Amino acid sequence: MTETKVSGAAPTLVVEGLKTHFFTEAGVVKSVDGVDLCVDRGEILGLVGESGSGKSVTGFSLLGLIDPPGRIVAGSVRLNGEELTTASEKRLRDLRGNRIAMIFQDPMMTLNPVLKIETQMVETLLAHARMSRADARAKARDALGRVGIPSPEERLDAYPHQFSGGMRQRVAIAIALLHSPDLIIADEPTTALDVTIQAQILAEVQTLCRETGTALIWITHDLAIISGLADRVAVMYAGRIVETGSIAEVVSGPRHPYTHGLIGSVPSRNQRGHRLTQIPGMTPSFLALPPGCAFAPRCPRASAACTAMPELAGEGHAVRCFHPMNQPQGVPA
Amino acid sequence: MGYVINRLLQGLTVIAVMAVLVFVGVYAIGNPVDMLISPEADQAEIDATIARMGLDKPLWLQFLVFLKGAAHGDLGTSFIYNEPAVRLILERFPATLELALAAILIAVLIGIPLGVIAGLKPEQPTGRGIMAVSILGFSLPTFWVGMMLIMIFAVWLGWLPSTGRGDTVSFLGIQVSFLTVSGLRHLILPAVNLALFKTSLVIRLSRAGTREVIGQDYIKFARAKGLPESRVILVHLLKNMMIPVVTVLGLEFGSVVAFAVVTETVFSWPGIGKLLISSIVHLDRPVIVAYLMLTVMLFVTINFAVDLIYAALDPRIRRKESA
Repeated sequence: MTETKVSGAAPTLVVEGLKTHFFTEAGVVKSVDGVDLCVDRGEILGLVGESGSGKSVTGFSLLGLIDPPGRIVAGSVRLNGEELTTASEKRLRDLRGNRIAMIFQDPMMTLNPVLKIETQMVETLLAHARMSRADARAKARDALGRVGIPSPEERLDAYPHQFSGGMRQRVAIAIALLHSPDLIIADEPTTALDVTIQAQILAEVQTLCRETGTALIWITHDLAIISGLADRVAVMYAGRIVETGSIAEVVSGPRHPYTHGLIGSVPSRNQRGHRLTQIPGMTPSFLALPPGCAFAPRCPRASAACTAMPELAGEGHAVRCFHPMNQPQGVPA
Repeated sequence: MGYVINRLLQGLTVIAVMAVLVFVGVYAIGNPVDMLISPEADQAEIDATIARMGLDKPLWLQFLVFLKGAAHGDLGTSFIYNEPAVRLILERFPATLELALAAILIAVLIGIPLGVIAGLKPEQPTGRGIMAVSILGFSLPTFWVGMMLIMIFAVWLGWLPSTGRGDTVSFLGIQVSFLTVSGLRHLILPAVNLALFKTSLVIRLSRAGTREVIGQDYIKFARAKGLPESRVILVHLLKNMMIPVVTVLGLEFGSVVAFAVVTETVFSWPGIGKLLISSIVHLDRPVIVAYLMLTVMLFVTINFAVDLIYAALDPRIRRKESA
């Protein structure tokens, strides 16, 4: 499987039909079941879904970091045209932290508690580049300065527990940026932080990506965060993408009833005084998914047709639904 | 500094309490005079012996005499050997210490790698096999394994000697076996025998630690940084996993020294364990008391050292205590 089309406009990341399944004793959990994604250079893609929709597993699948009993069973992941699902472990290791970096959800758990910040940064540099320790330390110091950590020289000798949560996440971001990767996967990196810190980090990550041309996949359950940050958004439900499009299209005219429900459950100024709508029911168990559309049992628009699986249909703004909302003009239902 | 002083005071309290318990406990049992004096001795001779050994005084006075001596490093004079008990024990201590260190070294060198492997591959035959072997190590009685080792390696195969220390040389002023070929050959069987239980313990601790640490985000993050797997395991995993292992090993080291009795008896290793057994048989109170007091001090010292090592391994403890 070689990518023949290598042009200047080729997207940084193309994911096609990605399936990551976990083979547990209770049955096969299809956490990711046919996901397509495409991210261009410098583009920010929001990957949105409830807890357990498979969005984090998607992120780890891109890095090839799925632990048993899980594994990628089908699909293709191409970074700059290079297929990753069939790449050797050695090749993947060369790419991780170098061309693809990841930022985790909980900054309190991401940094090793018994190693100095310097150690954790320098080892990342030395894993992918030949340089002296002194050069590596200087580079690490500059990286800390770039993400807004005061007196980076002294902070290099500190241990993670001497940092606040927000500062730790900045360190993790600095580590992710060390090699100016082509793609950063950010798995809910601001969820565990204060709102004010969230806003700062969002703005900084956005700026850094724009400056370096790094593509970014921002995984979150919070559409509100994404709407100020991302260029495009993909909404995930039960292991599948149910709607994708530009952020403006999706937020202003959601077509999937699930997306509509997500947006309806976000507090906004226009709806002051009204009750927030909520999506009835719960995220289904992966072991007991209904046939066809997984959202059908919770969907007000579901019909008999929904026992079959709808395709992700539409150019640009696509939706996986037999009864989409906000029909664009001239498209038959 | 407060941390160190705090730990020292705790240690001194433990020693003081143990002094009372040990003294009263040991002096409440048996009458050593019966075992020491010849059956033909008349009452005057018996009284003279009792007075010489200080056994005619009330218990509290005996305790004060003991304390006075203990403050000067004198824990009494052996009834049997007529030598200071401390010197008797210290003469034999290097042999036991050497045996214990060798056993701990074997336990660490074999136990930690096996435990980490078992923790990394819990469901695979390798992991299961290691755990099965460690159960054997736990369950087989030390004396039986010791006799089997002698039978196989000393009697049948004739590869290794089974009794004594072999040739010793002076090293930093004490007699050691491990620097001579003969001594090393004598050391192997008893050390392996003593290490068996500890190795199983280290395997289990390392496996549990590995299983816990491997699931942490920082391990996944280390992999996401593209580090070689060797560095993830040897630096990121091992340094976190070692914290509980060091604690338990430190405490276990004390028990290896104190309770090497069985192994020393089986292999006729001239250490303090053998001395203790014969002292108990002959009700040689000062030696028993001195042995127990030195053991307590050893444990306190080891605990103290473990606290310091622990603080060195885990920066969070240093921080908390100094803040």
